[in-house]
Amino acid sequence: MRNPRFVDPTITLKYGAGGGAMRALIEQVFAAGFGEVTGGIGLAQMDDGAAIPIGDQWLVITSDSHVVHPIYFPGGDIGRLAVCGTVNDLAMMGATEPLALTCAAILEEGFARADLERIWASIRSACQEAGTTIVTGDTKVMGRGELDGIVLSTTGVGLTRRVVPDCGLRPGDLLLVTGTIGEHGLAVLATRAELALDTSLASDVAPLNGLVRDALAAGGAGIVAMKDPTRGGLASALHEMADKSGVGIVLDERAVPVRDETRAVSELLGIDPLIVANEGKAVIGVRREVADAVLAALRAHPLGRSAAIVGTCVAERPGSVIVETGFGRRLLAEPEGELQPRIC
Amino acid sequence: MSDELAQLKFRDPARGIALEEALAARARALGRSPVSIMHVCGSHEQAIARFGLRAAFPLELDVKMGPGCPVCVTDVPEVDEAVALAQQGVRIATYGDMLRVPGTSRSLADARAAGARVEVVYGVEQAVALARASAEPLVFFASGFETTAVATAAVLLAGPPENFSILSAHKYIPPVMEIVAEMPGSKIEGFLAAGHAAAITGWGVFEQFVERHHVPVVVAGFEPLDILAGLVRLVELIGAGTPEVANMFPRCVTHDGNLAAQRVLWRVFEPQGGRWRGIAHVPNGNLRLRDEFAGWDARRRFDIDLAALLDDVPPALVGQCQCGDIMAGIASPNDCELFGKACTPDAPVGACMVSSEGTCKIWHQYGGVPDLRQIRRRA
Repeated sequence: MRNPRFVDPTITLKYGAGGGAMRALIEQVFAAGFGEVTGGIGLAQMDDGAAIPIGDQWLVITSDSHVVHPIYFPGGDIGRLAVCGTVNDLAMMGATEPLALTCAAILEEGFARADLERIWASIRSACQEAGTTIVTGDTKVMGRGELDGIVLSTTGVGLTRRVVPDCGLRPGDLLLVTGTIGEHGLAVLATRAELALDTSLASDVAPLNGLVRDALAAGGAGIVAMKDPTRGGLASALHEMADKSGVGIVLDERAVPVRDETRAVSELLGIDPLIVANEGKAVIGVRREVADAVLAALRAHPLGRSAAIVGTCVAERPGSVIVETGFGRRLLAEPEGELQPRIC
Repeated sequence: MSDELAQLKFRDPARGIALEEALAARARALGRSPVSIMHVCGSHEQAIARFGLRAAFPLELDVKMGPGCPVCVTDVPEVDEAVALAQQGVRIATYGDMLRVPGTSRSLADARAAGARVEVVYGVEQAVALARASAEPLVFFASGFETTAVATAAVLLAGPPENFSILSAHKYIPPVMEIVAEMPGSKIEGFLAAGHAAAITGWGVFEQFVERHHVPVVVAGFEPLDILAGLVRLVELIGAGTPEVANMFPRCVTHDGNLAAQRVLWRVFEPQGGRWRGIAHVPNGNLRLRDEFAGWDARRRFDIDLAALLDDVPPALVGQCQCGDIMAGIASPNDCELFGKACTPDAPVGACMVSSEGTCKIWHQYGGVPDLRQIRRRA
């Protein structure tokens, strides 16, 4: 069914913001007419990547483009973001051993070679961290003004014996997040000069495949859904999981780990940390009986020290996310459009 | 004080639940239902929605949001003036929320899309900096209540550059409470006043109001415990039948308020009657620059050509918008046919869906007031 709200004749920024508008565009245009992957996961499922059965294994493949302003931000840069984003999408499908990545660069005429070298050094170091490498790429240069600086486009491939979709939740399952949320988006936003914020907030951008490998080892088949809460933050990720799994999710807001500084900046700007992008966190849905083991495994990993159980799946209100605030309850709306500081 | 301590003090759920129980008991003791009370501040509605308080309010209590969003009550002709100036080629600076507020035929965002120069700023001093950086005229389209107006006034007293001027859409809250209290069909039995505005005006500003209308006013802060404690006190006063002003935000609000800020405010502005969008003409509800500051007043410096806007036909849906009734406390967003369907934050019909202080935007953001009591988590 076409959502009448998302049929604008021109593409506006909201179609790239990771919310309902983007999903509508994918359904209506990008995924239309490609059919299913036989016995696997393809475009129609709109998961973090595709999974194609090969023998007794799955080939997991994912593709990602990266545009970020500024290209260097506290805690990372566009190169690290490109590698981690791709590695994490593979990991969210269960492919924690990325075989290889590709990386294409589209550059604007006049882009500094020193910047390019700095970004590629960062890409190499992130690949090392994730235990993978770049095996092929592509280079294009466009005229001045035809593109803003640099765009990176990556593809990642990995093999796995078990694919974890983002739709395997059922009532009674628990949801974990692997650490504190809200840092990446707010750190990037805080660099905007007009906000004149002096913070030590840094992006959490990191490859999660090692952390997910430990979680899968501890939880086995009890891990039933995974998603990385990037654009649209935890709110978007939970909405998508609730919607695709046909369950309601009750989120205990007080259990969601948020650093003091993140909370302070988010209150100052009037932006809920739940809708802010993360680049080094995962949401993991588990059967109740393995929750403690998975939590312990996450907390034993350097990237999972602040992991916490934050939510429960219920049969009521499928597709909705209900926030328990400690004072009452509210529905969590799906974020749409660009993050705007609340001014008034 | 660490974040944890601050949270314990004003965001302690155990105390919150105790206050919710006290509120329920006192509301029940009134013996009638529903009893309507009104708050007049978008920040109160934000906190109520954000902390899910509506799900915890007793059914006997109908807590309405009144005209507490300065962006929402900015009248159509005021937006038209800014749009007309922008279309005449004058550079405009304003707050982000003002960009998409609909005028007769278009918003500032529409004007910008059509080529006008409209800058979003985060404060009036940023607009002054823009003016200083160039020689051409810059008009700051100023909105906000007595809180924000003080900042605008301070900038004018500090001597801004010659090419800077103000298009004031500043509003003053106390007079509109009189209007709402007198509105036919209004059954408001008590008001929750905004703590930050009262920090400027002092709580004493409400004494005459209480005398005239015989309804209690409670000044409250913005943390969930502030709001709950304020509501408990308000329902107590309604039950006791002793209308008075109670200050439940004593850590910020005094009887006389911030006298220095008041001096700055009234030195620069004078109250003037004017229309508040969708509500009514509010005597003394608008803040106009005094004659002494006419040199900075865009209305007196520029020849604003409103006629040029009247060639365009207003959008068809606007007639169905219920923002006015919603802000007057007569209707709720759920009563509006457009809410969440034809009117959404990315395609707003009315001003209440534009501003993050607007009732419709807040209800849309936080899922309105769904009944979430039945949902049980399995042990």
